[in-house]
Amino acid sequence: MYALIDGNNFYVSCERVFAPRLIGKPVVVLSSNDGACIARSNEAKDIGVKMAQPWYQVRHLEKTAGLIAVSANHELYGDMSARMMAVEARYAPRQEVYSVDESFLDFEGVRDDLVATGCAIRAAILRETGLPTSVGFGATKTLAKLANNIAKMADRKPGTYPTDLAQVCDFGRLAQHELDALFAATDVGMVWGIGKRTTEKLKAGGVATVLDLLRADTATLRRQFSVVLEKTLRELRGTPCMTLDDAPPPRQQILVSRSFGTPITHVDGILEAASEFASRAAERLRQQGSVAGAIGVFFTTSPFRTNDRQHHVNVTIPLTHPTADTAELIRAVEIAVRTQFRLGFRYAKAGAVLSELQTAGHEQGELDLFSSSEHPATPAADPRARLMHAMDTLNNRFGRNSVRIGSTTMASRSAEVAIWATKQERRSPRYTTRWAEMPVVRA
Amino acid sequence: MDSSDDFANGAPVGGGPVTPTIRRTSNAFGSPGTDSTVRRIDLNEQLIRHPDATFIMRAAGQDMRGAGIDDGDVLLVDRALTPQHGSVIIAIVDGELVCRRLEQSKDVKGRTTGSRLVADASAVAPVAITAEMPLEVWGVVTNVIKSLA
Repeated sequence: MYALIDGNNFYVSCERVFAPRLIGKPVVVLSSNDGACIARSNEAKDIGVKMAQPWYQVRHLEKTAGLIAVSANHELYGDMSARMMAVEARYAPRQEVYSVDESFLDFEGVRDDLVATGCAIRAAILRETGLPTSVGFGATKTLAKLANNIAKMADRKPGTYPTDLAQVCDFGRLAQHELDALFAATDVGMVWGIGKRTTEKLKAGGVATVLDLLRADTATLRRQFSVVLEKTLRELRGTPCMTLDDAPPPRQQILVSRSFGTPITHVDGILEAASEFASRAAERLRQQGSVAGAIGVFFTTSPFRTNDRQHHVNVTIPLTHPTADTAELIRAVEIAVRTQFRLGFRYAKAGAVLSELQTAGHEQGELDLFSSSEHPATPAADPRARLMHAMDTLNNRFGRNSVRIGSTTMASRSAEVAIWATKQERRSPRYTTRWAEMPVVRA
Repeated sequence: MDSSDDFANGAPVGGGPVTPTIRRTSNAFGSPGTDSTVRRIDLNEQLIRHPDATFIMRAAGQDMRGAGIDDGDVLLVDRALTPQHGSVIIAIVDGELVCRRLEQSKDVKGRTTGSRLVADASAVAPVAITAEMPLEVWGVVTNVIKSLA
């Protein structure tokens, strides 16, 4: 069995841990250029704020509905994420950190009462970090993800699903007729890996719910849809097709990570690995025609080497200009690695996460101090974009890494200023990563 | 040092047979300076039992002077600990983080019958924990760090 543990409205929850006055209020977190809502509290969802909705469209709710907006504080979220993941890692022999607020735990062969285990994990995370989560268990990653969605929905909107599935939902404990009832009540678009276009196409063909999909004719689906959907369907039927580290990207993130064969103890090794992962993520980013507004870098020791001292790094760097340029991303990686790396640890895993994705060419147009010829308004005419295109073409033709950006030759120190100086008018203090910004308590 | 010393001491020499005439270095009396197991005292290790659950905060105010907490002191706060009667804790009061001492009264069976948050300064009234004002513990203060120089 797999578990998927997912933070509820993660960014908002991180803010609430240190600012309890935000509890119970409608709260949104704005992207690093304060352009769009990238996280919403349940109360904000209830007054109609949509995911990724531009801020100017909901700004009036500040006055009329008491909506509170804060700027994204990625340093805080990165550290809270690392804490949450470390707590989760105690409960299973294998963990895959899938995004800033999601990780899979592998419970293969574990015979405990998984609902009790799920409740214990949830309680430990809440107690130790203050973050509320939902836990879903399933025989495959796709089922675990679906169980997690149901756990979350049952908690947030009583009446949608049986209340005993709220917060922790284990498909393995349900009878077939109970599962069928859940699947009949669940929109097919909720399934992991089934995107907007596929959902529309499925619905046009009369497949509206998960149960419809499970009962649809496999041969017909295979003719009409890609092999990806077939894989998803097999997963929904309980046959694992995705191992850890092999999953469709979450809609708003691209993650590339790997465990090392032998632990890395030197900064150059981590830098090389993280740069490589960032390059691959950037390639995927360009393939889907997107740019990223932030890049996350993590590297960590192995929690299973209990004799090793442990160190977990998980930092997110907002980018002044959303970009798909490998060189710019690697520059950010270099800053993250050089500031966070510590000697004396045996690092076992690293990764890069691109987030705040948006369609290339639709970046927020704004006047700022850092505008330069490096960031022309039309990416198509951008020589950097053409370079990236040429690089991808060569790598496709001659194999990965035929051409790449040298991470150690990046000497453009002045770029640091631009990367860090994002517009964040409403950002909360970086409570856990800056000495000068620690929370203040009345005493 | 000749490895025959090792044989004399009964120390393991590892691997297959060793010809006693081969000179080799031994770790048996290695210089402490190069011994990787010797590490300087690490305050993080000593003061922070639960690194993933510990947060650092700054005290503002004089209400907890009796507990040794002055204005501007740095507090280590552990969320993994269960507060006891007498613990100095961080609580959430009216949406604000507040440092107070937790006092709990118990019946003969050891069940908690009442709780209140008290300041360690006589001028500040205690906050009684009631059904309308439930106890919301944020964490337990484990250490106070003061700067003297």
